Amino acid sequence: MNAVRIWAIEAVKKGLLEVQEYFRLCFTVVGATFSRPFYPRDLFEQIDVIGLGSLTVVLLTGFFTGAVMALQSGMTLDQFGARPFVGRLISASMIKELGPVLTALMLAGRVGSGIAAELGSMVVTEQISALRALGTDPIRKLVVPRVLAGFIMCPILTVVSDTVGMLGGWIVALTQLRVSSGVYWHAVVEGLFIEDVWMGLIKPFFLGVVIVTIGCHVGLRTSGGTQGVGRATTNAVVAASVVVLIVDFFVTRLLISIFF
Amino acid sequence: MRAKSLAEFGLPVELAEAHAPVVLFDKVNLAFDDKVILTDVTFSVRAGHTKIFLGASGAGKSTILKLMLGLLKPDSGTIWVLGHRVDLMDEAQLMRVRHHMGMVFQEGALFDSLTVGENVGYKLYEETQMDLADVRARVDEVLGFVGLLQYIDKLPSALSGGQRRRVAIARAMAARPTLLLYDEATTGLDPMTALTVDAEVVKLRDLEQATSILVTHQLRDAFYVATHQARRTPAGDIELFEAGEAKVEEADFVMIREGRVAFEGSAADLRNSNDPYLQTFLS
Repeated sequence: MNAVRIWAIEAVKKGLLEVQEYFRLCFTVVGATFSRPFYPRDLFEQIDVIGLGSLTVVLLTGFFTGAVMALQSGMTLDQFGARPFVGRLISASMIKELGPVLTALMLAGRVGSGIAAELGSMVVTEQISALRALGTDPIRKLVVPRVLAGFIMCPILTVVSDTVGMLGGWIVALTQLRVSSGVYWHAVVEGLFIEDVWMGLIKPFFLGVVIVTIGCHVGLRTSGGTQGVGRATTNAVVAASVVVLIVDFFVTRLLISIFF
Repeated sequence: MRAKSLAEFGLPVELAEAHAPVVLFDKVNLAFDDKVILTDVTFSVRAGHTKIFLGASGAGKSTILKLMLGLLKPDSGTIWVLGHRVDLMDEAQLMRVRHHMGMVFQEGALFDSLTVGENVGYKLYEETQMDLADVRARVDEVLGFVGLLQYIDKLPSALSGGQRRRVAIARAMAARPTLLLYDEATTGLDPMTALTVDAEVVKLRDLEQATSILVTHQLRDAFYVATHQARRTPAGDIELFEAGEAKVEEADFVMIREGRVAFEGSAADLRNSNDPYLQTFLS
């Protein structure tokens, strides 16, 4: 019993330490973002890696989510004779919730894991120590460009995802549900309020930062050789995915209280 | 070319004298949780001299280099490097001290996504305002110095272990540091390749006047560095030869045993020591 208590205390202490170190990293990143030196070349490189590199997966996810939603909701709406409203359902769901969250989850899988693996490998091969020995702050050189790239690219990718999602829904509505283009797009516009659009656009800024900072935090705290890198990669994806959903809930709650 | 005085680094009066220590450890202690790493470690390194740390794996040798660089902080004691109390400095202040230091890591720690040339010129490209043409010229010069100019556009993965160490040495020397630290620079290399790395250490110390601190458990390499000297011939070639007595005296050996300084002295003192542990280590 005593052993269980000690184990539980140690686990809580370890968890609290991780949280403390994560927030310390976040504060350091904020400070480093607004002070010299800057590494603009690394920022553009990361925008390419995080943004353009994730485009395919985001396009496919967004398109098929919109398409399958149209299929599923079409059947349900039929029961009420409301098939022409399928566009309204898709636009509201995609822009308010599914677009931001699915894009963030895809980024957590692709970008979060990549960052954790890359930085983790650099830690275990002493490249991070070498950077510091060469007079470069790893936070400024490696973390800040990635966080800024996540902050910029996550909302852009979300807009892309929302757009192709509605296109996917339109193709299914047109070909499977026999809803005309005019009716579909009219319903899409009707279903949206400006507050929904703001909500869908603001959330990805938070989610992008969360995914990248978790990837960086986990990567920089890697230990235990190549096995440790594997562990860090898995932890980064799991932690980022869960935290994305938690942050999504709280930011949504906050935005609802502001807008409505 | 390299005429940096210690006073240039803001040395306190007592350290700014001729032959003043470049590095000074005073009763340094370090432990990670319950594991004691260093206990009361005290030593000094003079400008232009060589300090060689010997000891078994896990004795705490590499930790001493990390403390010098400020990559780790001691629990107690003081550490002076180039006239700065590095144990009290924050990361931003340490960056300015590290600008005058170079470190060769155990496995080279080359940036695997950059070419050999980019690795060597990294500090000059990223952390100085040096003109790009001058950076390229310096990269060519140091790669020529270690005999690897033909590999300038290759990635580190295309090099052998010995070549990677030599690139690491070139990277460490590119910014003309005052103090060079070598962490097991020859470990894992075959004897012939290790000798080429040792030769680079000697050349760098004698021709670029860098104070050298070596951590190793390879006695052959330690004695080679301590007992050899490099000079440039009138024809411009570099020649290595047996060092004279005065030069050999400039190399100090420190034996670290379980985190404590077990011995400090010259190569001759080390060879003549009656300490059973040292005798076992030397045998």
